[in-house]
Amino acid sequence: MDKFKSISCVAAPLMRANIDTDLIIPMQRYLLADRKDMHEFAFETLRFLEDGSDNPEFVLNKPAYEGTQILISGNNFGCGSSRESAVWALNGLGLKSIIAPSFGNIFYNNCFQNGMLPIVLDQEIVEKLAEISENSGNNAPFSIDLEAQTVTAPNGEAYSFETEPQRRHQLLEGLDDIGVTLTKVVEIKSFRKADEKNRPWIYN
Amino acid sequence: MPNKQATLFDKVWNEHVISNLGGGFSLLHVDRNFIHDLSGSRALGALSEQGRRVMHPDLTFACPDHTVSTAADATHTGPRYEKCVDPLRQFAADQGITFFDIGTHGFGIIHVIGPELGLTVPGALIVCGDSHTSTHGGLGALAWGIGASEVTHVLATGAVIQKRPKRMRVTFDGAMQPGVTAKDMILFLIGQEGVAAGSGYAVEYAGPAVRALSIEERMTLCNLSIEMGAKVGMVAPDEKTMDYVKGREYAPKGANWDLAVAHWKGLQSDADSTFDEERFVNVADVRPQFTWGTSPEHVIAIDELIPDPSQQSDLEKRNGYAAALEYTGLKAGQSLQGQKIDQVFIGSCTNSRLSDLQEAAGIIQGQKVASHVDAWVVPGSYDIKVAAEAEGLDVIFKKAGFDWRNPGCSLCVGSNGELVPEGGRCVSTSNRNFVGRQGKNSRTHLASPISAAASAILGEITDVRKMMKA
Repeated sequence: MDKFKSISCVAAPLMRANIDTDLIIPMQRYLLADRKDMHEFAFETLRFLEDGSDNPEFVLNKPAYEGTQILISGNNFGCGSSRESAVWALNGLGLKSIIAPSFGNIFYNNCFQNGMLPIVLDQEIVEKLAEISENSGNNAPFSIDLEAQTVTAPNGEAYSFETEPQRRHQLLEGLDDIGVTLTKVVEIKSFRKADEKNRPWIYN
Repeated sequence: MPNKQATLFDKVWNEHVISNLGGGFSLLHVDRNFIHDLSGSRALGALSEQGRRVMHPDLTFACPDHTVSTAADATHTGPRYEKCVDPLRQFAADQGITFFDIGTHGFGIIHVIGPELGLTVPGALIVCGDSHTSTHGGLGALAWGIGASEVTHVLATGAVIQKRPKRMRVTFDGAMQPGVTAKDMILFLIGQEGVAAGSGYAVEYAGPAVRALSIEERMTLCNLSIEMGAKVGMVAPDEKTMDYVKGREYAPKGANWDLAVAHWKGLQSDADSTFDEERFVNVADVRPQFTWGTSPEHVIAIDELIPDPSQQSDLEKRNGYAAALEYTGLKAGQSLQGQKIDQVFIGSCTNSRLSDLQEAAGIIQGQKVASHVDAWVVPGSYDIKVAAEAEGLDVIFKKAGFDWRNPGCSLCVGSNGELVPEGGRCVSTSNRNFVGRQGKNSRTHLASPISAAASAILGEITDVRKMMKA
């Protein structure tokens, strides 16, 4: 997994609430695509017009946001399905961080499994950041520093966010959960052994 | 040792903690890891690439459901099978995992077969790479959906990392009116609370109106927890639960059964336990519910009018309502009743159990599906299909003009290629009415099986109460 330390780039505002996993990547697409190809279908219904050409109105198609790694969005981002392909698709578009007032629980978890940083900020701040992004024109960079847990707007104003220490550590170091957990394999096995006596009906 | 303050959730959670990881995170033992043909195949593939073995194959159970055709003449071949089903079957064989194969006993939607086979029991910790895993909470299991990387983690370690959620209790009181089902109860709640209200919470559904529900109805209730944002939904086990589990194929037997029951009887929230949030619903206020928009919270009673976006004070909500109306082709202030429909889908992990089919059959018996409607019944499992056919439900549906199909997730999510025709309007007993969920520009109206059945007959969105015999 890639490490996440800090990024600095324009931030694309997509200010809608409840952007769900079907909108991020439709099931029919994710089904047959390989993980590395998922991004081709990310936000498909928003990104493309009926004839398959780019929708110039969609934020990620606007030249001002080319190469962005940061998406600013509304409440409950990533709600819906558990499909991790939603994160893969966004990753594939080059996104590394999503800033929103709240996230769908499973999506939020999935981000950390893939080197993606979901940032929760108060709705007012998120709306302000979106406004700054829209008004500040091309190449106005936002900075995200995971070590310091700050988002800094192009005007220099900085906003603090929180991530759980374990999750931050794993992102900073690019550590994969399985490797960390397998260091506890003795505990896992002894738990099961004791549990087979305590709750034998689970193992019959 | 007994904690007098413990809720049902606390008791089950605490029993599974292998190790506390700090910051509210725990490493928890997984009793049942259910895997299916989407996230399961990908996770097993990742595990094989890493050269790892499944830690607890005896606690892992696989069944393809998402991509399997439900057509009577399906050959079960082609790209979906090559990508999703065949690898799952192969990986399961390689790793010594029980696999329930297409068209055989035990096969079906994973959230339907778990309880049906007695794999799902009270107090079990269950995970699956599917957000509707909360369904198993209907039996008092602690169950939630995880992503594909987490599935790989559970396969490799037999354990899951989870931050302890807060606790919410929703108490349903009062007596349900005729025509109102568990589906209406939970849609009503989501409409009241919104799709994010449960985010970060494990929800316990309690109260007399929940006690009065059958186990299958409780599963419907818990199934839609994620549509309120909650990964976990639970109902404390009671006599009904024990009766439901007893004698099922994988259920505990003999001395283990007695031990289990003694333990399960303690799985109740203590009288003096406290919750971080409480909600109360009087089910006497609940009428048959239908969604009108593109989010499960866009829901009204059948005799209400579609809300006006301009009346919403919250900007996000106003924009969301307006976009939803544009997509569904409806107008503020309109009634849903009488809206012409193209399709009806009775099925999915929400509403495809035998009692759902029995109730729907009761509504349509002796009547005909409107000629312009394509109406489907997709039983949740092979065994449900067999049981339904044994009591003649298939004949009732077929005579009425329904397509009586084989089990699978089918039209709920369209991952098997079964879709609502472009732009079509579908009354569906499933769980999500998202944009494009059932196919391109598909317009989904979520409702109960009896509401869906009534709508199929009239060919339009229908108040089922008008079709019920007094």
